[in-house]
Amino acid sequence: MGIFLSLCHQHMLLAWRSGHTTLIVTFLFIAVTLMPFGLGPELALLSRLAPGLLWVVLLMSLLLSLDRMFQADYEDGTLEQLGLLPLPMELIVLAKSLGHFIALFVPLLISVPVAGLLLNIEAAVLPALMLTMLAGAPALTLLGAIGAALALSVRRSAMLTVLLVMPLYIPVLVFGATSSTRAIAMSGQIDWPALGILALMSCAALFMAPLAAAAALRVALR
Amino acid sequence: MFKTVENISAYYANPQRFMRLAGKLHAPVWALALIVLAVGLHMVANVPDDYQQGATVRIMFVHVPAAWMSLFAYSFIFFASVTALIFRHPVGHVAGRAAAPIGAVFTLIALLTGSLWGQPMWGTWWVWDARLTSVLVLFFIYLGYIALWQAIEDYGQAARATAILAIVGSINVPIVKFSVDWWNTLHQPASVSRFARPALHADFLYPLLVMGLGFTLLFFALTLTRMQMEILRQRARARHLANDFEGDE
Repeated sequence: MGIFLSLCHQHMLLAWRSGHTTLIVTFLFIAVTLMPFGLGPELALLSRLAPGLLWVVLLMSLLLSLDRMFQADYEDGTLEQLGLLPLPMELIVLAKSLGHFIALFVPLLISVPVAGLLLNIEAAVLPALMLTMLAGAPALTLLGAIGAALALSVRRSAMLTVLLVMPLYIPVLVFGATSSTRAIAMSGQIDWPALGILALMSCAALFMAPLAAAAALRVALR
Repeated sequence: MFKTVENISAYYANPQRFMRLAGKLHAPVWALALIVLAVGLHMVANVPDDYQQGATVRIMFVHVPAAWMSLFAYSFIFFASVTALIFRHPVGHVAGRAAAPIGAVFTLIALLTGSLWGQPMWGTWWVWDARLTSVLVLFFIYLGYIALWQAIEDYGQAARATAILAIVGSINVPIVKFSVDWWNTLHQPASVSRFARPALHADFLYPLLVMGLGFTLLFFALTLTRMQMEILRQRARARHLANDFEGDE
């Protein structure tokens, strides 16, 4: 457990100190700023689209962050050392994912209401939006870990990771974005069935994704 | 000679033996595929026009079998990958790699012909209908699989990584289907439902089934050829490396 937590802590510190967190959050704001230029500054339209746009932008920010998940550790040989730990590779994946979640997903999640202001989002929708994002977070992080692990031995793998992970993210996006958009129609009420399905996906990812990601890491380390 | 499927599979784990079998099967499979396709096309040419759709109904005889093949080829890749990973069956990796571009092209054909068919029938090239969307996602899964094969330089690593991806993807396909169905029914009630189609008349059904069989045979013929090419390419590379090594000494 001690190793697990220190791995997680190390991942957080690295993300934070290398400025990766700041960069990803900045990307989220840049992407949101671009939206009104593309769609027009009409506030009513932006307000209607805001939950869906925020979901898509969140996914894109996460996709961009994935190549940092294992890449640095792989390139400088740390990952090979981690493979010698008395800790199964699956738990290493979980520790890294947890670190990734805290260091990158949580700051993104905190930025969402602020970015929402730029899109004139209705305040009543925010709790539902944040809740669905939080419920989908484990699935998003862990599915991303699979893609990051698979593309590990490829140089400049960012684009490849996006291609591998995008199909895995679609179900989460469907339930997350749709239920957030519905929250507008239901004046901010939370869409519990969709939230339940998201939580279910996260639970399934929690059990299955570390297996796949760990298998992929072992392949890359051979 | 062989008692179980497992024995047969283990016997052909040796690429040399597989090549011998493939060499024998190659010509008959191709001949059969071409004959069945020719018969199918002949039947399609004689199909009467649909009373609603006119001649455009003939697109169906390419579109529907291609859509079947898009899923069939992915299932083939999935089983090849499972065999390769669990039984350490080297030919499984070769089969997955060989089948992927063929499956991707069938998927693309299904999408394109569907689009061409949709234009006169629904009045639009593309609809975010649940079925169209999930086939599009399947196409991206194929692209990811192919890209991963190309991107990883070491053959052994690429083989195992893509096999893992194929298995992950096959869990993903039904989930995408389920979620997209849910999404679509929520957003668009019957407004763009597929045109009310009477149960398929025998005039249409038999040509369709023959075309389906022809596409399946074509898939196997193409896959077999590509598997042979892949094994030969590996041998050529091994020989090349061996020559280089001797040259150094």
